[in-house]
Amino acid sequence: MRVAERQQQTARPILPVERTDLPLVAPGVTFRSLTGRVVANVLQPDVPLFWFWCYLAAIAAACVFSTALAIVLDVGIGVMGNNIPVAWVFPIANYVWWIEIAVGGSLLSSILRLTNQGWRSSINRIAESVTLAGIVCAGLFPIIHLGRSWVAYWTLPYPNTMIIQPNFRSPLVWDVFGIGTYALASVLFWYMDLLPDLATMRDHATSRISYFLYGLLSLGWSGASHHWRLHERAGLLLAGILTPLVFTVHTVVSFDFCISLVPGWHSTIFPPYFVTGAILAGISMVALMTTWVRSSFRLTSIITERHLNNLSKLILTTSVIMAYVYVFEPFINWYSGNYFDIYSTYVRSAGNFAWTYWAFILLGLGVPQLLWWKKNRITPRRLFVIALLIVIGMWLERYMLMVTSLSRDYLPSYWANFAATGADNALLYGSIGLFLCIFLLLIRALPMIPMYEIRMLLPLSKPGGGSVK
Amino acid sequence: MKGEASDLVKITGIPASGETADEATRRRFLELMGASISLATGAGCTRPPTDFLMPYSSDPPENVIPGRPKYYATAAVMNGIAEGVIVESHLGRPTKVEGNGQHPASLGATSVHSQACVLDLYDPTRAKEILYKNQISSWESFIVEFQRVFEAIREARGRGLSILTETVVSPTLAAQLSRLSMELPEARWHQYDPAGPHSARAGAMTAFGRYVNTYFRLDRADVILSLDSDFLAIGQASTRYAHDFAFGRRVRGTNTRMNRLYAVESSLTATGGKADHRLALKYSEIGRFAAELAAAIGTPGIAAAGNQFATWTGPLSRDLMAHRGASAILAGETQSPALHALAHAMNATLRNVGTTVIYTDPLEARPEDQIASLHQLVDDLESGSVRMLLILGGNPVYNSPADVEFAAALDKAPLSIHLGLHADETSRAAHWHVPESHFLETWGDARAYEGTITIMQPLIEPLYNSHSAIEFIDLFFQIPGWNGQRIVRNYWMANSKAPNFEHWWRESVGRGLIANSALPEIAPALRPIDTSSLVQEANAQGLELVFRPDPFLYDGRFASNAWLQELPKNMTKLTWDNAVHVSPRTAKRLNLKPQHVVEIRFRSRTVKGSVWISPGSADDTVTIHLGYGRRYAGVVGNGAGFDAYLIRPSDAMWHGSGAELHPTGETYPLATTQMELSMEGRTIIISKPIDTYRTDPDFVRRINPEPAENETLNPQWSFTGYSWGMAIDQTACVNCSACVIACQAENNIPVVGKLQELFHRDMKWLRVDVYFTGDDEHPKFSYQPVPCMQCENAPCELVCPVQATVHSSDGLNDMVYNRCVGTRYCSNNCPYKVRRFNFLLYSDWYTEQLKMQKNPDVTVRSRGVMEKCTYCVQRIREAEIRARNENRYIRDGEIQTACQQVCPTGAIIFGDINNPDTEVSRLKREKLNYSLLAELNTRPHTTYLAELRNPNTEMPA
Repeated sequence: MRVAERQQQTARPILPVERTDLPLVAPGVTFRSLTGRVVANVLQPDVPLFWFWCYLAAIAAACVFSTALAIVLDVGIGVMGNNIPVAWVFPIANYVWWIEIAVGGSLLSSILRLTNQGWRSSINRIAESVTLAGIVCAGLFPIIHLGRSWVAYWTLPYPNTMIIQPNFRSPLVWDVFGIGTYALASVLFWYMDLLPDLATMRDHATSRISYFLYGLLSLGWSGASHHWRLHERAGLLLAGILTPLVFTVHTVVSFDFCISLVPGWHSTIFPPYFVTGAILAGISMVALMTTWVRSSFRLTSIITERHLNNLSKLILTTSVIMAYVYVFEPFINWYSGNYFDIYSTYVRSAGNFAWTYWAFILLGLGVPQLLWWKKNRITPRRLFVIALLIVIGMWLERYMLMVTSLSRDYLPSYWANFAATGADNALLYGSIGLFLCIFLLLIRALPMIPMYEIRMLLPLSKPGGGSVK
Repeated sequence: MKGEASDLVKITGIPASGETADEATRRRFLELMGASISLATGAGCTRPPTDFLMPYSSDPPENVIPGRPKYYATAAVMNGIAEGVIVESHLGRPTKVEGNGQHPASLGATSVHSQACVLDLYDPTRAKEILYKNQISSWESFIVEFQRVFEAIREARGRGLSILTETVVSPTLAAQLSRLSMELPEARWHQYDPAGPHSARAGAMTAFGRYVNTYFRLDRADVILSLDSDFLAIGQASTRYAHDFAFGRRVRGTNTRMNRLYAVESSLTATGGKADHRLALKYSEIGRFAAELAAAIGTPGIAAAGNQFATWTGPLSRDLMAHRGASAILAGETQSPALHALAHAMNATLRNVGTTVIYTDPLEARPEDQIASLHQLVDDLESGSVRMLLILGGNPVYNSPADVEFAAALDKAPLSIHLGLHADETSRAAHWHVPESHFLETWGDARAYEGTITIMQPLIEPLYNSHSAIEFIDLFFQIPGWNGQRIVRNYWMANSKAPNFEHWWRESVGRGLIANSALPEIAPALRPIDTSSLVQEANAQGLELVFRPDPFLYDGRFASNAWLQELPKNMTKLTWDNAVHVSPRTAKRLNLKPQHVVEIRFRSRTVKGSVWISPGSADDTVTIHLGYGRRYAGVVGNGAGFDAYLIRPSDAMWHGSGAELHPTGETYPLATTQMELSMEGRTIIISKPIDTYRTDPDFVRRINPEPAENETLNPQWSFTGYSWGMAIDQTACVNCSACVIACQAENNIPVVGKLQELFHRDMKWLRVDVYFTGDDEHPKFSYQPVPCMQCENAPCELVCPVQATVHSSDGLNDMVYNRCVGTRYCSNNCPYKVRRFNFLLYSDWYTEQLKMQKNPDVTVRSRGVMEKCTYCVQRIREAEIRARNENRYIRDGEIQTACQQVCPTGAIIFGDINNPDTEVSRLKREKLNYSLLAELNTRPHTTYLAELRNPNTEMPA
């Protein structure tokens, strides 16, 4: 292993590869065993029982989602609990949360790819599936949230006889472009990354239909060195495009808040704060899904403790940055001397929704600190629970941002509280079902492990690799 | 004519709420209106009888331009007392009520009730058909039954006929009743108003030995003392009182003259909140307070009864005596007759009579002790001597005192007939229910608080098969072809003494009042006053229960009016419910929590209500409001609040001691539009004593500095034409909420219902915020009407993704409903929170009657769009078009926003701020002028004048 590592280092000496005693791929994995394991999971005719039950539960939750959606569209968004002044709550909190979750995959496939973090390969596909499913959920909520969802397209600049264009001064229009670009780049990247594996699937197809479909999707990939060269170049290019997007998309999302003059939102710390929060939530979600898929599909040999360890370290790092934000923001509010900003700090920590603030401090900032202990980092069950708590904490944080600021703004006469309704909850929990639905379908229909990348990691693919074990 | 109209009604019958009832359609309106307008005389203000109907569509009548409303004068009546109004009519549909500037009770403004009455007219739950034992019957069957019983009564010279009316002031109706008593001398006439001025009548009797009508000239008063009187908000003279009061404290530039208001009250009222000094006293202690004060000012015959309230009565009496002839002491309608008598005596001592306090003969046709009258009627019913009971208006089954078993007695009458606007509790208990015409549908007459008579003309033919009281009484005289106009006209033909009656008639009806018809001043002789009962009362123990008329639903007659139900109560901002009001200290002592249900036990009767903690209430005082807990008030009124009449005995109509509160452990949510009454130390309402202004007129600039013009990166707006702006004088605002209802009526603002109010989704474009400063025991209240600020640097415009809210070239912040996609970002970004969102389909798009109320110049908004105050842009555009056609600029004052027009105190001034000579520009140059949340640099076009108070430095803080 050390030999392989050293060889990797000499081959791509951009950044030092981390030194660890944990292996990246379990000893004994060969090309054949790897491909067999991954392909079998996809093409195996019998539905695995656990997958079936999970999918059934997810479909049920997604049905709840669509029912709630139908009611919201038919009756009006008044079935949700929003009011004036608290005009944005669940749909926007859900939207920000899902777009944060989506970023985990993008981070792995862009920045970590550019910095040659070889360990990301095994979990890259899972992370990108999280991204895709997350983007679908995130994209729905801003539309659901509209009073008149059927005219959501008015936010797009399209030629029309009235020559009315969207208001380019509005952060919501920036959002449309920000999310749109991000979604497009993510889908392209995911698909491009999938091509060699789709070809493998085609080659292992057991039925004519799957042969046809995978064949169609693999776009005639033949494994020619010409293909590989183009593939590599496109991958780098898209990773380069996606890298700034990871930051811009969350910066733009944060503009929805910090451009406004709502006390507690109107703050320059919001862009880095949102990016950090997104990485925390996104990586936690990736860790959550990875530990789950790893044990369910028995992928311990491909997704090793080292992956869990690295994900945990990422979570730990971002949580520390988040903690810094949470120390600094009250300080800046106090230092500004602005009454309303000081009051917003007070409201968050001691107001009517203070529980959300402290719940986030506990779940989003406190729980990740458990990852200082290695046992917690590499034990899948522990990591699963920790990641789940962080993901919940991150939703609470978005919720806290909405309700604390909006319910207590400038004129006390129009302060009000917020109470979620059944529709609010149905859409939130239902969207988790929708997410799982998409995710489960993706890992069933497509190889959940990027085989071609793992192959490159195997000793066999290294010069003299055949001699290693 | 009646027959034809009825036939037309039957063209389209729409079944509603289980009854097969005829509902008018728009087409019928146009037909009827065409007929009536085509016959209108040249003056355009009167409406002679319509003898035939003519479809509007085939032959447009003269003088009617579609889209151009017409205005007719009439009067809105409550307790028989009139407030002169001008009603706007669009193609025959009355849509909006404005004040009649010539009418003494209005001076161009109106009360909330007059504003809201137009909704009563179109109330879809109004009585539409004659009912016999709650089944739809016909007028013909009713006449047969009526004649059968009446034949026997006529032969007995009226024996067995009892008539119960509300207070009768109308000269025509009074003449009819007196003619009836001449023709049928044995017939009996009773009057009962549950919330009428019983104490004032009895007090006058005590003080003068006769009934008198008292009114006040507050414009001449420098020092005003209210003894539990909510004169600024309740009563048919409140509009005028508010006007006179506010004009006595109009501080402009170097004119710093200001009257001073002291209030001593048990419950928190809008008047008390406005007072410069307010003392919360238990109801029973107010009498002692008054007695001590009377002694202190040297009222003859009043011996010093102690000096329990010397800290107050000392400086107060000195202030009053220093303003002899320019002070006024007002006793509340809910106070005891003895206190009213004492107030008369004190006013006489202070030589106010004839200057600030005016006495006239009573307004009522027959002033009497109405409680005794009602008791008499019930006794008659119990003894079986009543063969026919005719109830003209009112709702005694619901609102008679708890110890008067009116419903049971009513059952004993062989024939009972109820004429009412709604098929209410009394209608259900009576044999026959006859729909009553709304006052906008009928002819009539009424007197204002000082006697001025208005001849009321209809704006529209009755929508349903209904009759007015005047028309109904005429049944007894058997005149063929009777109708309201002929009766009223005949009465005045005989009584006007005008040389040219036709000219007089047109002039009087058209102007909305009979010139010089105010009652002459009288000087009744004062009798010795006995204050012993007042002093004794103060020794009462235990909790005191105070009944008050609701400021908006009054005695319950407006319970089916959704606008009034949803209008936030002026001090508590509660909607859709009454509550059990207790002071914070009492709540703590009795361990009561807000919105917890308590059972009130009072003299062995009980009722359950939800607790509301009102800072400013006197300790050990429980205040409950009348008018709620209706059982048959339509979908709007049913189930709202609890019925205070259930525990209101006839010997304690307004208050009694010995009440008990027992928590039940249940909770009942109350919907309020303002949860937070504290300003949290923010600069929102700037309120200072007048002395501060006199010594340091620039204090506002210092407290609330306006940011420099260049403190923005955005380009400055420059207005080449008009630039509309508004100034709101917080010193003048008395929190009557008329502006809120006026805005609602003008701008087609929907009601949302209690559930949506609980969600805090109120739709009113204009709200009146109430804040208090000081501690719970000595709160000081300030009022702030908040419309859209029409900011120049509008935060809402910046964030709308689809440009649905944009700036106009004349300084308005326009809302484009069609373009709105409903992101609600603009509302988040509005620091004043004046934007309202249609979370659901709040506007009623389907009910035919309600469609007719809508202002055709204003869009009816659909679900999913944002809306807000537009400065009544439809009025601006109309004036613009008119001015352009006449090739001139819009004159100052030519455009009045709905809130400005209705405001009795002139607190709201609107106009062009680009022209330095307009009233609004002058106000904005006042040193008191400031922008709300100026530090945000939104540069609002609505600005406020800081509130000034006029405290007496000798008084305890």
